[in-house]
Amino acid sequence: MRDVYVIGIGMTHFGELWDTSFRDLFVEAALEAFGDANMDRLDSMYIGCMSGGLFVGQEHVGALLADYLGRVPIPTTRVETACASGGAAVRQAYLEVASGMSEVVLAGGVEKMTDSADVTAALATAADQEYEVYQGVTFPGLYALMARAHMHTYHTTREQLALVAVKNHHHGAMNSKTQFPFEITVEQVLASSMVADPLRLLDCSPVSDGAAAVILASEEVAKQAKGHPLVRVVASTQATGAMALHTRTDLTRLDTVEHSAQVAYQQAGITPDQVDVTEVHDCFTIAEICVMEALGYAEPGRAAALVEAGETRLGGSMPINTSGGLKSKGHPVGASGVAQVVELTIQLRREGGTRQVEGARIGLAQNMGGTGASSTVHILEGQA
Amino acid sequence: MKSPQYTREIPQRYRLEAEKCRQCGKVHFPPRLICDACQSQEFEQVILSRAGRILTWTVIHVPPTNFDLEAPYIIAIVELEEGVRLTCQVVDCDPEELAVDAPVEMVFRRIQEDSQADIIQYGYKAVLSRP
Repeated sequence: MRDVYVIGIGMTHFGELWDTSFRDLFVEAALEAFGDANMDRLDSMYIGCMSGGLFVGQEHVGALLADYLGRVPIPTTRVETACASGGAAVRQAYLEVASGMSEVVLAGGVEKMTDSADVTAALATAADQEYEVYQGVTFPGLYALMARAHMHTYHTTREQLALVAVKNHHHGAMNSKTQFPFEITVEQVLASSMVADPLRLLDCSPVSDGAAAVILASEEVAKQAKGHPLVRVVASTQATGAMALHTRTDLTRLDTVEHSAQVAYQQAGITPDQVDVTEVHDCFTIAEICVMEALGYAEPGRAAALVEAGETRLGGSMPINTSGGLKSKGHPVGASGVAQVVELTIQLRREGGTRQVEGARIGLAQNMGGTGASSTVHILEGQA
Repeated sequence: MKSPQYTREIPQRYRLEAEKCRQCGKVHFPPRLICDACQSQEFEQVILSRAGRILTWTVIHVPPTNFDLEAPYIIAIVELEEGVRLTCQVVDCDPEELAVDAPVEMVFRRIQEDSQADIIQYGYKAVLSRP
Protein backbone atom coordinates (compact mmCIF):
# COMPACT_ATOMS: atom_id res chain seq x y z
CA MET A 1 0.00 0.00 0.00
CA ARG A 2 1.31 3.44 -0.90
CA ASP A 3 0.72 6.93 0.50
CA VAL A 4 -2.48 8.77 -0.42
CA TYR A 5 -3.00 12.54 -0.38
CA VAL A 6 -6.01 14.86 -0.45
CA ILE A 7 -5.37 17.21 -3.37
CA GLY A 8 -8.78 18.80 -3.88
CA ILE A 9 -11.85 19.62 -1.80
CA GLY A 10 -15.24 21.06 -2.59
CA MET A 11 -18.68 21.33 -1.09
CA THR A 12 -21.95 23.09 -1.72
CA HIS A 13 -23.69 25.23 0.81
CA PHE A 14 -25.74 22.87 3.01
CA GLY A 15 -29.41 23.67 3.58
CA GLU A 16 -32.81 23.75 1.94
CA LEU A 17 -31.65 24.14 -1.64
CA TRP A 18 -34.95 23.94 -3.48
CA ASP A 19 -33.58 25.43 -6.69
CA THR A 20 -30.75 22.93 -7.06
CA SER A 21 -31.27 19.37 -8.29
CA PHE A 22 -29.72 16.22 -6.84
CA ARG A 23 -27.33 15.89 -9.79
CA ASP A 24 -26.33 19.56 -9.84
CA LEU A 25 -25.52 19.48 -6.12
CA PHE A 26 -22.92 16.81 -6.74
CA VAL A 27 -21.52 18.42 -9.89
CA GLU A 28 -21.15 21.77 -8.09
CA ALA A 29 -19.13 20.15 -5.27
CA ALA A 30 -17.01 18.09 -7.68
CA LEU A 31 -16.19 21.09 -9.89
CA GLU A 32 -15.12 23.05 -6.83
CA ALA A 33 -12.84 20.15 -5.87
CA PHE A 34 -11.22 20.11 -9.32
CA GLY A 35 -10.72 23.87 -9.16
CA ASP A 36 -9.18 23.50 -5.73
CA ALA A 37 -6.84 20.72 -6.93
CA ASN A 38 -5.93 22.83 -9.92
CA MET A 39 -5.85 19.74 -12.11
CA ASP A 40 -8.25 17.78 -14.23
CA ARG A 41 -7.16 14.17 -14.16
CA LEU A 42 -9.66 11.61 -12.81
CA ASP A 43 -9.50 7.81 -12.96
CA SER A 44 -12.54 6.72 -10.99
CA MET A 45 -15.27 7.86 -8.55
CA TYR A 46 -17.12 6.59 -5.48
CA ILE A 47 -20.33 8.30 -4.41
CA GLY A 48 -21.74 8.10 -0.90
CA CYS A 49 -25.51 8.36 -1.03
CA MET A 50 -27.76 6.83 1.59
CA SER A 51 -31.05 6.79 -0.22
CA GLY A 52 -31.41 8.43 -3.61
CA GLY A 53 -34.31 6.02 -4.03
CA LEU A 54 -36.38 7.17 -1.08
CA PHE A 55 -35.43 10.86 -1.07
CA VAL A 56 -35.67 11.64 -4.80
CA GLY A 57 -36.68 8.35 -6.43
CA GLN A 58 -33.28 7.96 -8.07
CA GLU A 59 -31.06 4.89 -7.97
CA HIS A 60 -28.06 4.15 -10.20
CA VAL A 61 -26.67 7.46 -9.07
CA GLY A 62 -23.05 6.65 -9.99
CA ALA A 63 -23.83 6.66 -13.69
CA LEU A 64 -26.07 9.72 -13.45
CA LEU A 65 -23.44 11.77 -11.67
CA ALA A 66 -20.51 10.68 -13.86
CA ASP A 67 -22.64 11.57 -16.89
CA TYR A 68 -23.55 15.05 -15.61
CA LEU A 69 -19.98 15.70 -14.49
CA GLY A 70 -18.94 14.98 -18.09
CA ARG A 71 -16.66 12.17 -16.99
CA VAL A 72 -17.94 9.10 -18.81
CA PRO A 73 -16.57 6.42 -19.24
CA ILE A 74 -14.66 6.34 -15.93
CA PRO A 75 -15.92 3.71 -13.46
CA THR A 76 -18.28 5.24 -10.88
CA THR A 77 -19.87 3.33 -8.04
CA ARG A 78 -22.29 4.42 -5.36
CA VAL A 79 -21.56 3.05 -1.89
CA GLU A 80 -24.03 2.90 0.98
CA THR A 81 -23.61 2.41 4.71
CA ALA A 82 -26.53 4.63 5.76
CA CYS A 83 -25.26 7.92 7.23
CA ALA A 84 -21.69 6.62 6.98
CA SER A 85 -21.95 6.38 3.18
CA GLY A 86 -19.69 9.41 2.73
CA GLY A 87 -16.99 7.96 4.96
CA ALA A 88 -17.25 4.66 3.11
CA ALA A 89 -16.85 6.47 -0.24
CA VAL A 90 -13.68 8.16 1.03
CA ARG A 91 -12.40 4.79 2.18
CA GLN A 92 -13.05 3.14 -1.20
CA ALA A 93 -11.29 5.97 -3.00
CA TYR A 94 -8.40 5.71 -0.55
CA LEU A 95 -8.09 1.96 -1.12
CA GLU A 96 -8.09 2.35 -4.89
CA VAL A 97 -5.25 4.87 -4.83
CA ALA A 98 -3.33 3.08 -2.05
CA SER A 99 -3.49 -0.19 -3.96
CA GLY A 100 -1.86 1.35 -7.00
CA MET A 101 -4.88 0.65 -9.18
CA SER A 102 -5.55 4.35 -9.82
CA GLU A 103 -3.67 7.66 -9.49
CA VAL A 104 -6.57 10.08 -8.93
CA VAL A 105 -9.94 9.10 -7.45
CA LEU A 106 -12.84 11.32 -6.38
CA ALA A 107 -14.90 10.50 -3.31
CA GLY A 108 -18.21 12.33 -3.38
CA GLY A 109 -21.24 12.41 -1.15
CA VAL A 110 -24.66 13.78 -1.95
CA GLU A 111 -28.17 13.76 -0.54
CA LYS A 112 -31.28 15.73 -1.42
CA MET A 113 -33.68 15.40 1.49
CA THR A 114 -36.07 18.35 1.17
CA ASP A 115 -37.98 17.26 -1.95
CA SER A 116 -41.02 16.35 0.21
CA ALA A 117 -40.01 12.76 0.89
CA ASP A 118 -41.13 11.13 4.15
CA VAL A 119 -37.75 11.86 5.72
CA THR A 120 -38.42 10.26 9.11
CA ALA A 121 -39.44 7.01 7.42
CA ALA A 122 -36.55 7.14 4.93
CA LEU A 123 -33.96 7.67 7.67
CA ALA A 124 -35.53 4.90 9.73
CA THR A 125 -34.50 2.41 7.04
CA ALA A 126 -31.01 2.65 8.59
CA ALA A 127 -32.42 0.70 11.57
CA ASP A 128 -33.83 -2.84 11.63
CA GLN A 129 -37.12 -2.56 9.71
CA GLU A 130 -38.70 -5.70 11.17
CA TYR A 131 -37.64 -5.44 14.81
CA GLU A 132 -37.13 -1.74 15.53
CA VAL A 133 -38.97 0.41 12.99
CA TYR A 134 -42.03 -1.88 12.91
CA GLN A 135 -42.68 -0.96 16.54
CA GLY A 136 -42.77 2.77 15.78
CA VAL A 137 -39.29 3.88 16.73
CA THR A 138 -37.60 6.77 14.90
CA PHE A 139 -33.95 7.76 14.67
CA PRO A 140 -34.26 10.52 17.24
CA GLY A 141 -36.05 7.87 19.31
CA LEU A 142 -33.15 5.42 19.08
CA TYR A 143 -30.63 8.07 20.13
CA ALA A 144 -33.03 9.13 22.89
CA LEU A 145 -32.88 5.55 24.19
CA MET A 146 -29.08 5.87 24.26
CA ALA A 147 -29.30 9.29 25.90
CA ARG A 148 -31.57 8.02 28.68
CA ALA A 149 -29.23 5.07 29.30
CA HIS A 150 -26.20 7.40 29.41
CA MET A 151 -27.96 9.80 31.77
CA HIS A 152 -29.00 6.91 34.01
CA THR A 153 -25.59 5.23 34.10
CA TYR A 154 -23.31 8.28 34.26
CA HIS A 155 -25.62 11.07 35.48
CA THR A 156 -25.03 12.99 32.26
CA THR A 157 -27.29 16.03 32.44
CA ARG A 158 -29.78 17.56 30.04
CA GLU A 159 -27.77 20.80 30.10
CA GLN A 160 -24.56 18.98 29.17
CA LEU A 161 -26.25 17.56 26.08
CA ALA A 162 -27.45 21.05 25.15
CA LEU A 163 -23.90 22.38 25.41
CA VAL A 164 -22.84 20.13 22.51
CA ALA A 165 -25.35 21.85 20.23
CA VAL A 166 -24.43 25.30 21.57
CA LYS A 167 -20.74 24.63 20.88
CA ASN A 168 -21.35 23.31 17.37
CA HIS A 169 -23.50 26.32 16.49
CA HIS A 170 -20.73 28.57 17.83
CA HIS A 171 -18.33 26.96 15.36
CA GLY A 172 -20.87 26.84 12.54
CA ALA A 173 -21.45 30.58 12.82
CA MET A 174 -17.88 30.96 11.50
CA ASN A 175 -18.49 28.74 8.45
CA SER A 176 -20.09 30.37 5.41
CA LYS A 177 -21.46 27.04 4.11
CA THR A 178 -23.52 25.99 7.13
CA GLN A 179 -27.28 25.58 7.11
CA PHE A 180 -27.64 27.36 10.47
CA PRO A 181 -24.77 29.86 10.77
CA PHE A 182 -25.81 31.38 14.08
CA GLU A 183 -25.28 30.97 17.81
CA ILE A 184 -27.84 29.33 20.07
CA THR A 185 -28.12 29.18 23.87
CA VAL A 186 -28.67 26.35 26.33
CA GLU A 187 -32.03 27.96 27.19
CA GLN A 188 -33.10 27.81 23.54
CA VAL A 189 -32.17 24.12 23.31
CA LEU A 190 -34.10 23.32 26.47
CA ALA A 191 -37.12 25.31 25.28
CA SER A 192 -37.22 23.77 21.79
CA SER A 193 -39.98 21.31 20.98
CA MET A 194 -39.73 17.73 22.20
CA VAL A 195 -38.87 15.21 19.47
CA ALA A 196 -38.13 12.05 21.44
CA ASP A 197 -37.79 12.54 25.18
CA PRO A 198 -35.18 13.59 26.36
CA LEU A 199 -34.04 14.87 22.94
CA ARG A 200 -35.46 18.16 21.69
CA LEU A 201 -35.43 19.77 18.27
CA LEU A 202 -32.13 21.58 18.88
CA ASP A 203 -30.45 18.32 19.91
CA CYS A 204 -31.05 17.01 16.39
CA SER A 205 -29.13 17.60 13.18
CA PRO A 206 -31.39 19.04 10.48
CA VAL A 207 -32.81 17.70 7.23
CA SER A 208 -30.55 19.05 4.50
CA ASP A 209 -29.60 19.12 0.85
CA GLY A 210 -25.94 19.20 -0.03
CA ALA A 211 -22.91 17.56 -1.57
CA ALA A 212 -19.21 17.35 -0.87
CA ALA A 213 -16.24 15.99 -2.80
CA VAL A 214 -12.60 15.22 -2.12
CA ILE A 215 -10.00 14.21 -4.68
CA LEU A 216 -7.44 11.69 -3.49
CA ALA A 217 -4.19 11.05 -5.33
CA SER A 218 -0.87 9.25 -5.19
CA GLU A 219 2.22 11.06 -3.95
CA GLU A 220 3.55 11.50 -7.47
CA VAL A 221 0.40 13.28 -8.62
CA ALA A 222 0.00 15.20 -5.35
CA LYS A 223 3.41 16.77 -5.75
CA GLN A 224 2.43 18.08 -9.19
CA ALA A 225 -0.73 19.70 -7.81
CA LYS A 226 0.16 23.22 -6.81
CA GLY A 227 -1.30 25.81 -4.52
CA HIS A 228 -1.97 24.06 -1.21
CA PRO A 229 0.12 22.43 1.52
CA LEU A 230 -0.03 18.64 1.23
CA VAL A 231 -2.42 16.65 3.41
CA ARG A 232 -1.83 12.90 3.70
CA VAL A 233 -4.37 10.24 4.69
CA VAL A 234 -2.57 8.28 7.39
CA ALA A 235 -5.43 5.97 8.41
CA SER A 236 -8.67 4.75 6.85
CA THR A 237 -10.76 2.24 8.77
CA GLN A 238 -14.25 0.87 8.96
CA ALA A 239 -16.02 -1.36 11.48
CA THR A 240 -19.39 -3.08 11.54
CA GLY A 241 -21.53 -3.95 14.54
CA ALA A 242 -24.92 -5.32 15.55
CA MET A 243 -27.73 -3.73 13.53
CA ALA A 244 -30.35 -3.33 16.25
CA LEU A 245 -29.53 -1.03 19.15
CA HIS A 246 -31.27 -3.36 21.62
CA THR A 247 -28.81 -6.19 20.94
CA ARG A 248 -25.80 -4.16 22.15
CA THR A 249 -24.38 -5.30 25.47
CA ASP A 250 -23.90 -1.72 26.68
CA LEU A 251 -26.42 0.79 25.35
CA THR A 252 -24.13 3.71 26.22
CA ARG A 253 -21.19 2.51 24.14
CA LEU A 254 -20.42 2.60 20.45
CA ASP A 255 -18.31 -0.51 19.93
CA THR A 256 -17.84 -0.01 16.19
CA VAL A 257 -16.54 3.52 16.70
CA GLU A 258 -14.16 2.22 19.34
CA HIS A 259 -12.96 -0.56 17.04
CA SER A 260 -12.53 1.63 13.95
CA ALA A 261 -10.67 4.20 16.06
CA GLN A 262 -8.30 1.69 17.64
CA VAL A 263 -7.31 0.28 14.26
CA ALA A 264 -6.92 3.82 12.89
CA TYR A 265 -4.59 4.84 15.73
CA GLN A 266 -2.48 1.76 14.95
CA GLN A 267 -2.38 2.57 11.24
CA ALA A 268 -1.38 6.15 11.89
CA GLY A 269 0.99 5.27 14.71
CA ILE A 270 -0.54 7.84 17.05
CA THR A 271 -2.46 8.02 20.31
CA PRO A 272 -5.76 9.93 20.73
CA ASP A 273 -4.08 12.80 22.57
CA GLN A 274 -2.01 13.60 19.47
CA VAL A 275 -5.10 14.57 17.45
CA ASP A 276 -5.35 18.36 17.06
CA VAL A 277 -8.76 18.69 15.39
CA THR A 278 -11.68 16.30 15.17
CA GLU A 279 -14.90 16.03 13.19
CA VAL A 280 -17.43 13.61 14.69
CA HIS A 281 -20.87 12.38 13.69
CA ASP A 282 -23.07 14.53 15.94
CA CYS A 283 -26.38 13.51 14.38
CA PHE A 284 -27.78 14.08 17.89
CA THR A 285 -26.06 15.76 20.84
CA ILE A 286 -25.76 12.46 22.73
CA ALA A 287 -23.93 10.96 19.74
CA GLU A 288 -21.03 13.40 20.12
CA ILE A 289 -20.70 12.46 23.81
CA CYS A 290 -20.71 8.72 23.11
CA VAL A 291 -18.31 9.10 20.17
CA MET A 292 -15.82 11.07 22.29
CA GLU A 293 -15.77 8.19 24.75
CA ALA A 294 -15.45 5.59 21.98
CA LEU A 295 -12.56 7.51 20.41
CA GLY A 296 -10.72 7.38 23.73
CA TYR A 297 -10.92 11.16 24.22
CA ALA A 298 -12.55 10.53 27.59
CA GLU A 299 -13.22 7.61 29.92
CA PRO A 300 -16.78 6.26 29.71
CA GLY A 301 -19.07 8.76 31.38
CA ARG A 302 -16.49 11.56 31.39
CA ALA A 303 -17.01 13.20 27.98
CA ALA A 304 -19.86 15.46 29.05
CA ALA A 305 -17.67 17.10 31.70
CA LEU A 306 -15.08 17.92 29.03
CA VAL A 307 -17.78 19.52 26.88
CA GLU A 308 -18.94 21.53 29.88
CA ALA A 309 -15.37 22.66 30.60
CA GLY A 310 -15.05 24.01 27.07
CA GLU A 311 -12.30 21.56 26.07
CA THR A 312 -14.08 20.69 22.81
CA ARG A 313 -14.58 24.31 21.81
CA LEU A 314 -12.26 26.17 19.46
CA GLY A 315 -9.41 27.22 21.74
CA GLY A 316 -9.92 24.20 24.02
CA SER A 317 -7.56 21.25 24.30
CA MET A 318 -9.52 19.05 21.86
CA PRO A 319 -11.60 21.12 19.44
CA ILE A 320 -14.43 19.04 17.95
CA ASN A 321 -16.59 19.89 14.93
CA THR A 322 -14.98 23.20 13.99
CA SER A 323 -17.12 23.07 10.82
CA GLY A 324 -20.26 23.37 12.93
CA GLY A 325 -20.77 19.61 12.88
CA LEU A 326 -23.86 17.94 11.52
CA LYS A 327 -25.93 20.05 13.92
CA SER A 328 -25.13 23.51 12.58
CA LYS A 329 -23.60 22.75 9.18
CA GLY A 330 -26.45 20.45 8.15
CA HIS A 331 -26.64 16.70 7.56
CA PRO A 332 -27.29 15.69 3.95
CA VAL A 333 -26.62 12.15 5.08
CA GLY A 334 -24.52 10.76 2.21
CA ALA A 335 -22.43 13.94 2.05
CA SER A 336 -21.62 14.32 5.75
CA GLY A 337 -18.67 11.89 5.90
CA VAL A 338 -17.04 13.56 2.91
CA ALA A 339 -17.68 17.05 4.28
CA GLN A 340 -15.81 16.05 7.44
CA VAL A 341 -12.70 15.34 5.35
CA VAL A 342 -13.20 18.69 3.60
CA GLU A 343 -13.12 20.46 6.99
CA LEU A 344 -10.06 18.56 8.21
CA THR A 345 -8.22 19.41 4.99
CA ILE A 346 -9.06 23.10 5.44
CA GLN A 347 -7.76 22.91 9.02
CA LEU A 348 -4.58 21.02 8.15
CA ARG A 349 -3.80 23.41 5.31
CA ARG A 350 -4.27 26.18 7.91
CA GLU A 351 -6.92 27.80 5.72
CA GLY A 352 -9.61 27.88 8.43
CA GLY A 353 -9.72 31.66 8.93
CA THR A 354 -11.53 32.62 12.13
CA ARG A 355 -12.23 28.97 13.00
CA GLN A 356 -8.64 27.78 12.41
CA VAL A 357 -7.23 25.50 15.11
CA GLU A 358 -3.84 26.96 15.80
CA GLY A 359 -0.99 24.68 14.79
CA ALA A 360 -3.30 21.87 13.62
CA ARG A 361 -1.23 19.01 12.23
CA ILE A 362 -3.29 15.85 12.81
CA GLY A 363 -7.02 15.58 12.21
CA LEU A 364 -9.52 12.77 12.76
CA ALA A 365 -12.92 12.28 11.11
CA GLN A 366 -15.48 9.83 12.48
CA ASN A 367 -18.65 9.05 10.51
CA MET A 368 -21.32 6.51 11.43
CA GLY A 369 -24.44 4.91 10.07
CA GLY A 370 -27.59 3.91 11.90
CA THR A 371 -27.11 3.77 15.65
CA GLY A 372 -23.44 3.04 14.99
CA ALA A 373 -23.70 -0.32 13.20
CA SER A 374 -21.29 1.14 10.63
CA SER A 375 -18.42 3.44 11.55
CA THR A 376 -15.55 4.86 9.53
CA VAL A 377 -12.51 6.73 10.83
CA HIS A 378 -10.00 8.72 8.79
CA ILE A 379 -6.88 10.32 10.16
CA LEU A 380 -5.18 13.04 8.14
CA GLU A 381 -1.78 14.63 8.59
CA GLY A 382 -0.95 18.09 7.35
CA GLN A 383 2.42 19.30 6.20
CA ALA A 384 1.75 23.01 6.51
CA MET B 1 -46.68 -3.70 4.30
CA LYS B 2 -47.03 -6.56 1.82
CA SER B 3 -48.54 -9.78 3.12
CA PRO B 4 -45.52 -12.12 2.58
CA GLN B 5 -43.30 -9.72 4.51
CA TYR B 6 -45.85 -9.58 7.29
CA THR B 7 -46.62 -13.30 7.38
CA ARG B 8 -42.97 -14.36 7.65
CA GLU B 9 -42.56 -12.65 11.03
CA ILE B 10 -45.81 -13.86 12.60
CA PRO B 11 -44.18 -16.58 14.77
CA GLN B 12 -41.99 -13.94 16.39
CA ARG B 13 -44.54 -11.14 16.59
CA TYR B 14 -47.47 -13.20 17.84
CA ARG B 15 -45.80 -15.90 19.88
CA LEU B 16 -42.28 -14.66 20.69
CA GLU B 17 -40.75 -17.74 19.06
CA ALA B 18 -36.98 -17.73 19.49
CA GLU B 19 -34.18 -20.22 19.04
CA LYS B 20 -31.55 -21.42 21.46
CA CYS B 21 -28.10 -22.38 20.22
CA ARG B 22 -27.44 -26.05 20.98
CA GLN B 23 -23.72 -25.39 21.29
CA CYS B 24 -23.36 -22.26 23.44
CA GLY B 25 -26.90 -21.78 24.74
CA LYS B 26 -27.38 -18.22 23.46
CA VAL B 27 -31.03 -17.42 22.77
CA HIS B 28 -31.68 -15.59 19.50
CA PHE B 29 -34.70 -13.43 18.83
CA PRO B 30 -35.46 -13.34 15.99
CA PRO B 31 -33.92 -16.71 15.04
CA ARG B 32 -30.75 -16.67 12.94
CA LEU B 33 -29.26 -19.28 10.65
CA ILE B 34 -25.87 -19.05 12.34
CA CYS B 35 -25.07 -18.20 15.95
CA ASP B 36 -23.18 -14.91 16.19
CA ALA B 37 -21.52 -16.05 19.42
CA CYS B 38 -20.15 -19.49 18.41
CA GLN B 39 -20.97 -19.94 14.69
CA SER B 40 -23.02 -23.08 15.37
CA GLN B 41 -25.93 -23.78 13.04
CA GLU B 42 -27.82 -26.11 15.39
CA PHE B 43 -30.74 -24.62 17.30
CA GLU B 44 -33.77 -25.67 19.27
CA GLN B 45 -36.97 -23.66 19.32
CA VAL B 46 -37.95 -21.87 22.52
CA ILE B 47 -40.92 -19.67 23.37
CA LEU B 48 -39.82 -16.61 25.29
CA SER B 49 -41.32 -15.89 28.67
CA ARG B 50 -43.36 -12.72 28.68
CA ALA B 51 -41.69 -11.23 31.73
CA GLY B 52 -38.91 -8.66 31.55
CA ARG B 53 -37.66 -5.27 32.69
CA ILE B 54 -37.13 -1.85 31.11
CA LEU B 55 -33.54 -0.92 30.29
CA THR B 56 -34.22 2.49 28.77
CA TRP B 57 -37.17 4.35 27.24
CA THR B 58 -38.24 7.39 25.29
CA VAL B 59 -41.48 9.13 24.40
CA ILE B 60 -41.85 9.63 20.65
CA HIS B 61 -43.41 13.03 19.93
CA VAL B 62 -42.50 13.19 16.21
CA PRO B 63 -43.57 9.85 14.73
CA PRO B 64 -43.22 8.30 11.29
CA THR B 65 -46.27 8.97 9.11
CA ASN B 66 -47.86 5.58 9.76
CA PHE B 67 -47.84 6.25 13.53
CA ASP B 68 -49.18 9.83 13.23
CA LEU B 69 -52.35 9.11 15.17
CA GLU B 70 -50.54 7.33 17.99
CA ALA B 71 -48.12 10.05 19.12
CA PRO B 72 -47.00 10.66 21.76
CA TYR B 73 -46.18 7.05 22.62
CA ILE B 74 -43.55 5.29 24.69
CA ILE B 75 -40.83 3.13 23.18
CA ALA B 76 -38.53 1.07 25.40
CA ILE B 77 -35.78 -1.48 25.20
CA VAL B 78 -36.90 -4.44 27.29
CA GLU B 79 -34.79 -7.34 28.51
CA LEU B 80 -36.71 -10.58 28.93
CA GLU B 81 -35.84 -13.23 31.50
CA GLU B 82 -33.91 -15.28 28.92
CA GLY B 83 -31.58 -12.32 28.34
CA VAL B 84 -33.17 -11.49 24.98
CA ARG B 85 -33.66 -7.77 24.36
CA LEU B 86 -36.22 -6.15 22.14
CA THR B 87 -37.56 -2.75 21.18
CA CYS B 88 -41.28 -2.22 21.73
CA GLN B 89 -43.97 0.20 22.85
CA VAL B 90 -44.95 0.41 26.50
CA VAL B 91 -48.70 1.00 26.83
CA ASP B 92 -51.46 1.55 29.37
CA CYS B 93 -49.32 3.83 31.55
CA ASP B 94 -48.01 7.38 31.85
CA PRO B 95 -44.34 8.15 31.17
CA GLU B 96 -44.07 9.28 34.81
CA GLU B 97 -44.59 5.68 35.91
CA LEU B 98 -41.56 4.42 33.98
CA ALA B 99 -38.19 3.66 35.53
CA VAL B 100 -35.06 1.78 34.59
CA ASP B 101 -35.46 -1.83 35.81
CA ALA B 102 -39.25 -1.51 36.10
CA PRO B 103 -40.79 -4.99 35.58
CA VAL B 104 -42.99 -5.43 32.50
CA GLU B 105 -45.02 -8.13 30.80
CA MET B 106 -45.28 -8.60 27.05
CA VAL B 107 -48.81 -8.49 25.66
CA PHE B 108 -50.35 -9.07 22.23
CA ARG B 109 -51.59 -5.85 20.63
CA ARG B 110 -52.36 -4.11 17.38
CA ILE B 111 -49.20 -2.29 16.18
CA GLN B 112 -50.25 -0.40 13.04
CA GLU B 113 -52.76 -0.32 10.22
CA ASP B 114 -51.60 0.05 6.68
CA SER B 115 -54.39 1.70 4.74
CA GLN B 116 -52.88 0.80 1.37
CA ALA B 117 -52.66 -2.96 1.93
CA ASP B 118 -55.48 -3.18 4.47
CA ILE B 119 -53.39 -5.41 6.69
CA ILE B 120 -53.93 -4.78 10.37
CA GLN B 121 -50.55 -5.51 11.86
CA TYR B 122 -50.20 -7.10 15.27
CA GLY B 123 -47.32 -7.85 17.58
CA TYR B 124 -45.97 -7.43 21.08
CA LYS B 125 -46.04 -4.43 23.37
CA ALA B 126 -45.09 -4.17 27.02
CA VAL B 127 -47.25 -3.22 30.00
CA LEU B 128 -45.95 -2.43 33.47
CA SER B 129 -46.29 -5.35 35.90
CA ARG B 130 -48.43 -4.04 38.70
CA PRO B 131 -48.39 -5.62 42.16
